Amino acid sequence: MSAATASNAAAVAASSSEGSLLAVIGDEDTVTGFLLAGIGNLDARRKSNFLIVKPDTSRREMEDAFKDFTTREDVAVVLIAQFVANEIRYLVNEYAEPIPAVLEIPSPDHPYDPSADSILNRVKHLLGAGNDGL
Amino acid sequence: MSTTNRLNVVPTVTVLAVVKNRLIGAQRGYKLLKKKADALSLRYRQILKKIVQTKLSMGENMKSASFAWTEAKYVGGDGIKHTVLDSVDGKAEIRVRAYADNVAGVKIPKFNACGSGSLIGASGGGSGETGTTTATTESKSELTGLGRGGKQIQKCKKAYKEALQTLVELASLQTAFLTLDQAIKTTNRRVNALENVVTPRLENTVSYIKGELDELEREEFFRLKKVQAKKKKDAKEREEKEESLSKGEGVVKGEGGSGAGPVGNLIDFANEKDEDLLF
Repeated sequence: MSAATASNAAAVAASSSEGSLLAVIGDEDTVTGFLLAGIGNLDARRKSNFLIVKPDTSRREMEDAFKDFTTREDVAVVLIAQFVANEIRYLVNEYAEPIPAVLEIPSPDHPYDPSADSILNRVKHLLGAGNDGL
Repeated sequence: MSTTNRLNVVPTVTVLAVVKNRLIGAQRGYKLLKKKADALSLRYRQILKKIVQTKLSMGENMKSASFAWTEAKYVGGDGIKHTVLDSVDGKAEIRVRAYADNVAGVKIPKFNACGSGSLIGASGGGSGETGTTTATTESKSELTGLGRGGKQIQKCKKAYKEALQTLVELASLQTAFLTLDQAIKTTNRRVNALENVVTPRLENTVSYIKGELDELEREEFFRLKKVQAKKKKDAKEREEKEESLSKGEGVVKGEGGSGAGPVGNLIDFANEKDEDLLF
């Protein structure tokens, strides 16, 4: 595992001659905000690094986007809105690679629930019951 | 001695030396790995605390960012959304740079946000390596909301950049968390393997070889003792033989010398039991 991590890190370091990308999966407002901040990227085949999830977006599309972003070489961080993560929770929980890092972010329309976050759950579990004030 | 928990070796002095060396190596490795595991878990705990803090501030930042976006939408109308979405072209303005941090020999990937769009809190801001492309995207987003709500949009942009900064930091911590978790597990497994499998096995082998060597020594000792005893016995027998031989010679000499022989013979005759005479 550590060897795989090292090679992964090396791959990212190699592709980061000009830096790696951040990918976003989320609702329209969140994605637009991040695009405004300047993370949007289109590659030569006009493939984007973001997915706007609308009410009519199928779960299949979310899955595909998540799988795509987490396997892309040039993506270092995947930001995923929590309600989307909840939709494809099994995929998010299954995902255990350190790179790209998958981050669950709150979205304005859905209240953020720290107990659903897979990483935060583990952190909480490790810190013990004393730190419940999350 | 069970044969299961020891190495399958020939019990000789050379092998004993080799196994002893390996045992010393295993013990040293165990100590080192234990130290490594301690260092890793120290870092791990620090990261855990930081993750919780950053998660909290991430929530705050995201909240203010979405509020800023709502403001911008209110002022600029719903149309700016499409302007922003359409203005995405070519290379990303903000990227993350990954570099490896070293904790007790474990490489931990860390992210650092960089890009031409100056990030708040980013060290030195952008290096501006993608000059022309960035300039066009920058001007594109700069022109967003030129008609209405430009100020709000810039504010929103700033808020999202701040949030992004926190998110990148969080991603970095999270990656470190996962990597360290793996590394700690591996190290602990090795520590336990050395402590509970390798060291006892080597110790058993050492004691086995020692036992075998002792056994051989005892056998050798016994053999020598036997040989010595046999030699002694032989020597004694020989001595006795010689003695008896020399005695015999002495008798012969006496007969010839003093003439006491016939007397003796007479006495001998007197002592002899005569055959019963039957009349």
